[in-house]
Amino acid sequence: MTLPASLDEAVAALTAMPAAVPVAGGTDLMAAVNRGQLRPAGLVGLGRINEIRGWQYQDGHALLGAGLTHARMGRPDFAALIPALAAASRVAGPPQIRNAGTLGGNVVSAAPTGDSLPVLAALEAELVVVGPLGTRELPVGHLLAGRDMLAPGELVAFVRVPLLHAPQVFLKATGRTGPARATASVAVVLDPARRGVRCAVGAIAPMPLRPLEAEQWIASLVDWDAERGLAPEALTAFGEYVAAACIPDPEGDEPLPPAVLHLRRTVAALSRRALGRALS
Amino acid sequence: MSSDPTTTEPEGLGLGLGVSLPQADARAKTEGTFPYASDLWAEGLLWAAILRSPHPHARIVSIDTSAAAEMPGVRAVVTHADVPGAATYGRRVADRPVFASDLVRHHGEAIAAVAADHPDTARLAAAAIAVEYEVLEPVTDPEKAFAAEPLHPDGNLIRHIPLSFGDPEVTGEVVVEGLYRIGRQDTAPIGAEAALAVPRPDGGVEIYTASTDPHTDRDLAAACFGLPPEQVKVVVTGVPGATGDREDPGFQIPLGLLALRTGCPVKLAATREESFLGHAHRHPTLLRYRHHADAEGRLVKVEAQILLDAGAYADSSSESLAAAVSFACGPYVVPHAFVEGWAMRTNNPPSGHVRGEGAMQVCAAYEAQMDKLAGKLGLDPAELRMRNVLATGDILPTGQTVTCPAPVAELLAAVRDFPLPSLPMESPEDDWLLPGGPDGAGEPGAVRRGVGYAIGMVHMLGAEGTDEVSTATVRVQDGVATVICAAVDTGSGFSTLARQIVQDTLGVDEVHVAPVDTDQPPAGPATHGRHTWVSGGAVERAAKMVRTQLLQPLAHKFGMSTELLQITDGKITSYDGVLSTTVAEAMEGKELWATAQCRPHPTEPLDDSGQGDAFVGLAFCAIRAVVDVDVELGAIRVVEMAVAQDVGRILNPAQLTTRIEAGVTQGVGAALTENLRTSRGLVRRPDLTGYALPTSLDAPDIRIVKLVEERDVVAPFGAKPVSAVPVVTSPAAVASAVRAATGRPVNRLPIRPQAAVVVA
Repeated sequence: MTLPASLDEAVAALTAMPAAVPVAGGTDLMAAVNRGQLRPAGLVGLGRINEIRGWQYQDGHALLGAGLTHARMGRPDFAALIPALAAASRVAGPPQIRNAGTLGGNVVSAAPTGDSLPVLAALEAELVVVGPLGTRELPVGHLLAGRDMLAPGELVAFVRVPLLHAPQVFLKATGRTGPARATASVAVVLDPARRGVRCAVGAIAPMPLRPLEAEQWIASLVDWDAERGLAPEALTAFGEYVAAACIPDPEGDEPLPPAVLHLRRTVAALSRRALGRALS
Repeated sequence: MSSDPTTTEPEGLGLGLGVSLPQADARAKTEGTFPYASDLWAEGLLWAAILRSPHPHARIVSIDTSAAAEMPGVRAVVTHADVPGAATYGRRVADRPVFASDLVRHHGEAIAAVAADHPDTARLAAAAIAVEYEVLEPVTDPEKAFAAEPLHPDGNLIRHIPLSFGDPEVTGEVVVEGLYRIGRQDTAPIGAEAALAVPRPDGGVEIYTASTDPHTDRDLAAACFGLPPEQVKVVVTGVPGATGDREDPGFQIPLGLLALRTGCPVKLAATREESFLGHAHRHPTLLRYRHHADAEGRLVKVEAQILLDAGAYADSSSESLAAAVSFACGPYVVPHAFVEGWAMRTNNPPSGHVRGEGAMQVCAAYEAQMDKLAGKLGLDPAELRMRNVLATGDILPTGQTVTCPAPVAELLAAVRDFPLPSLPMESPEDDWLLPGGPDGAGEPGAVRRGVGYAIGMVHMLGAEGTDEVSTATVRVQDGVATVICAAVDTGSGFSTLARQIVQDTLGVDEVHVAPVDTDQPPAGPATHGRHTWVSGGAVERAAKMVRTQLLQPLAHKFGMSTELLQITDGKITSYDGVLSTTVAEAMEGKELWATAQCRPHPTEPLDDSGQGDAFVGLAFCAIRAVVDVDVELGAIRVVEMAVAQDVGRILNPAQLTTRIEAGVTQGVGAALTENLRTSRGLVRRPDLTGYALPTSLDAPDIRIVKLVEERDVVAPFGAKPVSAVPVVTSPAAVASAVRAATGRPVNRLPIRPQAAVVVA
């Protein structure tokens, strides 16, 4: 276990010991270790790297440190910047998890139920990766889809998200009232400058899904220069559009199994509610 | 006769029965200094690991332990071939092998065990044991187990009870039918199983573990070790909590074998996954009901078929089935009843004793039937129930007359008449915890509120002729009393109760309860509320015998009987106040001992038509549930549970309230989330993420609106055990409320979200 104090030291430590695993909050990693599924040869702790524990502003974007905890992102000052990410952080598990778990860890673990992932997908976030060969950037979707992998010695250092200055909503459905993993989650963000609505659905597939056609269709209905509200029928249609795009009808005459049908209805209700709240 | 706890004064500290004496170990448990089995240590300790089957049903072709045995640090590897005594064991029927030899009958069945000098070495060595399996098709549907090839030499039918009571030809004017399914609840105890086995110089072994039935565990282990019971000692460590049988001997027997084999202390601390795979669960149950009633809603006849999935081994399935069949009609007067019950062997995870076994499953079904009947007759569900409630003197479908207090109507009226919680309509966003939780997806516009009722019953103590006996010893010296009784306090508060009993009888302030081990006389399992009754009764008798020993010389000296003397605050006074002396003086430095037994009146097994006086006593409870349902997402939150319960007599108000709250919360879990899922016999996600327990946000407001104190004359102190009946009744009440909120039938527990959705 090494505890580097800077990103450069962390990259050097990982390069020196390629079998070592970086660890931030450890909420996923240590659970796997305790279950005996993982026995890392070494750990590189990222908890002392102060440069990734906060955020900075960069030409209309926020450069979020990968070490930001869910608890920190859930606070009101952060919620004023990126409301949907704050909302996702506030429901990302019990307080013990939120105090330790980090944004970067959520991205790298890439669990289908990672609550920040649909928000980052809807925001079209970029990851800033540092490694032995320098710094590079890649869209978050590329990493989650496995189109682009982290090379040995590379670390997710920052997540760049646009500051849209408009309402954003994150909603999730779970099996109980207390903290639980999402059965489905929806992030809706408005982008008034580009007159766009962006939506991502989490937890129902290995990575967040973007219903691009539904987004374009609903964005064309919104009156961006006046009150942005839409008729309830339009919200309902949007929900069903999103749900059908994410959970398509099966080929042939086979009906959807009841559990899948319920999931589709859940996605429709969440999307409708999320858009309704964003536009209200 | 009854008390309303909402208006009573807050209880101060005091002594004796009826006060809220705090638990002696509460502080240590809160501060983390209380020693549990997983904290135990011994010099030269080895660690055990158990190899478990990855298949639910397979023939074992070969087991090769050589690679494991040769690993550095490994001290012993044991399989079925190394069991010196009985190859099989079982708490009620010895049908479960210590290690599977030729056939694996459930996912997670033990195949071999390893002792090594490090827990990781032990785990790696267990994984290095090469087992060749011939995978067989699992029988996972209990309905198919009837016709399937026998899964066990004992056959697939574990028990069949065809209860027949009254005239089968009678029919009612109104008939409702239903098919109900109850899932597999796990006891999910606080702290997974752990034990330490220490070999003894005489060739025996001592097992330190949180057993809830130490003498049975000792006898089972000794038989498998091929040792006389005297050479095996089970020492009960602190029990983190138990709501059923705890510490499956399936962990202790391999551990003892390893300690005997290596001559070293061996410790095992199970992972949560092993715990889920290893111990017994609540019986998944399929129930088919037909209720007949007259036009006024009075029950005429109940026909039911009940199918319990016993899993791979018999365990306590026979008792669970007896409870399910006997209470199939609930606390209602039913003139004609035909209930057929089966417990079937399958390749599913093993089922066994969990609080409210059998009774909980049928309560969910008969209360669903009552809701259906109310709907069909256009009656208020509470009114329909009120027209049918049981009372003292009525006859159960088993032919047994209810002789104990059965204030069912009073309980139901209490919860019905309690004011409903208000809807925070003025500022819903701030004050209303919607289904889905804070910051959740809930919207007030999609939430519907429902109110539902259920009444439930359980039997107390072992049924059907079980010899219920407990022995206790009370010792007094220098003003300090000690209770020695092998009754395990599972968190039920028995040790606190024992202190209160002795304080009450002997007027001694300081009472200690000795730790439990099997060198003490047996007190039986900590189930069915038996320690409050049987062990509490034994402690009281022993204390009274000490009292007589103490007072006899004084009484003799003053020429009066001992009944005319009383002990209060350490002083002995006569009825007329003439004589007064202190307990210390009367003791004259002597040490007084007495041992006594309590054995309730005997019961009889159910006969071939399900008839018989099978139960010592019954306890009842009525619950009104208020739920909020997000009818688009199917998210459910239980807002409030109003509970009225028949408790006989309140011995410790704080402890009693806690037990009811715990029981209701466990029932809410069974109603909404708790289900250990399997697919084709394989347990899916055996962890606390996959198996969702209620959190503090899921636990409802629990209002104990009435505790009826009608003393049960046959019970010591007149008190009824309280823990099980809220567990039995709560799931049915929640289902009833969800039915009222959504108009959906809700015939499966736990309630799946899609069953609570109202499609526009």
